[in-house]
Amino acid sequence: MEHLVEDKLTFRDFETDQDVRWCPGCGDYAILKAVQKVMPEIGKEKEDIVFISGIGCSSRFPYYMNTYGFHTIHGRAPAFATGVKLSNPNLSVWQVTGDGDALAIGGNHYIHVLRRNIDINILLFNNEIYGLTKGQFSPTSQTGIKTKSSPQGTVDRSFNPGKLALGAEANFFARVIDIDPKRMAEVMIEAENHKGTSLVEILQNCIIFNDKVFADVTAKDVKLDRQLWLTHGEPMIFGKEKNKGLVLNGFNLEIVTIGENGITDADILVHDAHCENNTLHNMLINMSAPEFPVAFGVIRQVAADSFDDNVWKQIEGEKDNAKINSVDELMNSGVTWEID
Amino acid sequence: MSNIVEEIDQVVIKFAGDSGDGMQLTGTQFSNTAAFIGNDLATFPDFPAEIRAPQGTVAGVSGFKIQFGSNRIFSPGDEADVLIAMNPAALLANIDWIRDGGTIIVDSDNFKIKDFDKAGYTTNPLEDGTLAGYNVVEAPITKLTKDSVKDCDIENKFRSRSKNMFALGIVYWLFSRPLSITEDYLDAKFGKVPEIAKANKLALKAGYNYALTVELLPSSYKVKAATLPKGKYRSIMGNEATAWGLMAAAERAKLDIFLGTYPITPASDILHELSKYKNFNIVTLQAEDEIAGICSSIGASFAGSLAVTSTSGPGLALKGEAIGLAMMTELPIVIIDVQRGGPSTGLPTKTEQSDLLQAVYGRNGESPVIVIAASTPSNCFDYAYKAAKLAVEHMTPVILLTDGFIANGAEPWKIKSVAEMEEIVPAMAKEGDKNWNPYTRAEDKLNRTWAIPGTKGLEHRIGVLEKQAVTGNVSYDPNNHEEMVKVRAEKVARVANFIPDVEVNGNEDADLLVVGWGGTYGGLHTAVSAMQEQGKSVAHAHFNYINPLPKNTATVFAKYKKIVVCELNNGQFIKLLQSELPEFNYLQYNKIQGLPFSKSQLVDEFNNILEA
Repeated sequence: MEHLVEDKLTFRDFETDQDVRWCPGCGDYAILKAVQKVMPEIGKEKEDIVFISGIGCSSRFPYYMNTYGFHTIHGRAPAFATGVKLSNPNLSVWQVTGDGDALAIGGNHYIHVLRRNIDINILLFNNEIYGLTKGQFSPTSQTGIKTKSSPQGTVDRSFNPGKLALGAEANFFARVIDIDPKRMAEVMIEAENHKGTSLVEILQNCIIFNDKVFADVTAKDVKLDRQLWLTHGEPMIFGKEKNKGLVLNGFNLEIVTIGENGITDADILVHDAHCENNTLHNMLINMSAPEFPVAFGVIRQVAADSFDDNVWKQIEGEKDNAKINSVDELMNSGVTWEID
Repeated sequence: MSNIVEEIDQVVIKFAGDSGDGMQLTGTQFSNTAAFIGNDLATFPDFPAEIRAPQGTVAGVSGFKIQFGSNRIFSPGDEADVLIAMNPAALLANIDWIRDGGTIIVDSDNFKIKDFDKAGYTTNPLEDGTLAGYNVVEAPITKLTKDSVKDCDIENKFRSRSKNMFALGIVYWLFSRPLSITEDYLDAKFGKVPEIAKANKLALKAGYNYALTVELLPSSYKVKAATLPKGKYRSIMGNEATAWGLMAAAERAKLDIFLGTYPITPASDILHELSKYKNFNIVTLQAEDEIAGICSSIGASFAGSLAVTSTSGPGLALKGEAIGLAMMTELPIVIIDVQRGGPSTGLPTKTEQSDLLQAVYGRNGESPVIVIAASTPSNCFDYAYKAAKLAVEHMTPVILLTDGFIANGAEPWKIKSVAEMEEIVPAMAKEGDKNWNPYTRAEDKLNRTWAIPGTKGLEHRIGVLEKQAVTGNVSYDPNNHEEMVKVRAEKVARVANFIPDVEVNGNEDADLLVVGWGGTYGGLHTAVSAMQEQGKSVAHAHFNYINPLPKNTATVFAKYKKIVVCELNNGQFIKLLQSELPEFNYLQYNKIQGLPFSKSQLVDEFNNILEA
């Protein structure tokens, strides 16, 4: 149903007249800009794009996008997005959420939207903290973090949004970072082009309550050694010297150096995002600094039927066999009798 | 052989057995046959929450009551004229509800020591005088059923399964009914397993012939067709009528239905029914929970569907926050609450009217919505239709209250024509609408308009934060908040201009006005009509519109010296009336047993009030 965009839109067409009210220096600004730049590239008219959010700092996002937008209740955005997409499958539906919204109060909807594989894009802003409620730990906060609600440090274990997603049978998972808008935009376009639920985890810095939480991955002096950008079909090579790579040692990933101990380019694992078996994807998602680089880019992208397609195929299929085609026919079906 | 046929006006039959004995099916078959013959009728299925409660115990008894007659029938009746008890537990559970001199048909094969012991009898009720004063028919139903199917090629464990059909055969003879409706049903139901169909039909016929042959029954009875208004009829159940009413509304409004819901007793049949008709562009989403059910529906409403969610009391509690969102974003959605006994999980399979205050007030913030209630199985159709109409024309959530009693009850229904139903004109915004704003309001209804994604030029944002009047932008302005709260309340209040007056059955100068709402209509109408026939000065006003109330409510109440508000709860509608119309004195009569009102209790109560 995609049609040509008559006059080429620009990112300005997607700005609204509302003041953007995130804290100065918040990573959300960069994400907003990237999304506004991506919109003219996805082949949809403005009126066919819908942004849906729950509650939290990230969830103010729809107010700043000049498309259709719906700021909904805490944790439930996947359900609203599901209703919108099923009601009108022609729409490009984007859900904006955070680590508290998606993984705490909305955990149930998060796993079920991924399980069904409805064709929407989910942008998960992960800052490992609750910002809007002013600084409590979240389900992705590292154990031990001291916050207002954990002055002695948390004893909660955290979980990893990507591993949870794959546990729920997600077919598309990507990870990007707020300070890399170019790659963020590229991944968003891949997410839109993927049929099914596309989940993009965006590591996003909260300058007020969890500043520099990703510094051990993003700082200039370490970033090349601690970020592995994955491209389907390319070897998993990283490092300042582009000489480090990943290999499998038994059931575990291991970092090797090309040129040492007889290791060559050919020994390095080649990224297969399309592999149905998600074992390696899980291991890549699970890597954390400083022992390993953090994996970025499209980690998993497996083609499968989307839920909305299947729902409407079933509806169309029923029309071929239906014996009752109007409410009048329905009311007059089965056992009836006349009284005169 | 007795061939005496007596003519009678109306009869109450209760079928009772273990929850695996097929009593619901038996009762439904009897109802369908009675309806087909032209009797008016009302049914009341009454079953345990457990799928297979312990066999042979009172807790496991499943019952189905039907009143049918040649008169208009408004309720399933109180005391049964005939009880079919498949075991001692079924007898014990119902013995207090059989009229003196009534007929009790038992399966005597199930009255051994272990059977009556399990039910809680210390001695055999067939032998100890318990049943003195009743006309007891001891029929070896299990044995005769097995004999009747001996030539069928079926597994041994199925041989006694058809005993419900044998019992139905006896009752068909007793009331001079044809077997053909049930035979046709069995052929259709078991088309793929013809031996099972055959066994059931043989058992049905054997039961009929047994009753005809043995001289246990003094006579059979004839109940003539009722004089219902002319037309084409069918039998309809409440939940089915609700689903069809929505479908009719969708057809008239030219919208597609989206039902987002989560299974819950006694509302699941609405999901089941709508799921059958996907070819009508109906999307049914069985969501991961109650909240996702309504949220997906609100999403579909935003995108232009006729949005529906169905639930019962506990689910309505979970949906509260989302209803507030739909109220604030002024999106149409029909929320169906098939009420059951509460609080908490409560009495899931029993009926109650205890969600009224939750429906009217049960949300955070100032959150008025339209609340309406169906009052009979068949008018669930009309009120579902009306709920959809009010939602899409006034741009607001509408809560439709039904209850387990009318949802599972069935009655004959004069088939309607979609073309003759009230027009439905959704408040749609259109491409090119000049000066369109998300919260520009219509003058009469105060509704905003519905601009759905895909409409060029009407891109806009709505959400959970307070709205600036007209623009819909986020606003924390104190005066704007007060204005918006008041305009949303006024919008719902003005619905009173678009609903009918409440009607009164009885004289304007009666001494007592009986007030009820929702599913108690049949019981109250039956009791009040019986008293009126005896010359008692009593009238009945029944409410289908709860919020807002009909405009003539105060005018009606002012005519009566005494008003008694009757409800199946601890007094909820009365609280609403006391707050909305405090100038009147209200008496109250409440029953909180998970059961409908009985006529005799009501008549006694009303007589006491009249004499006080």
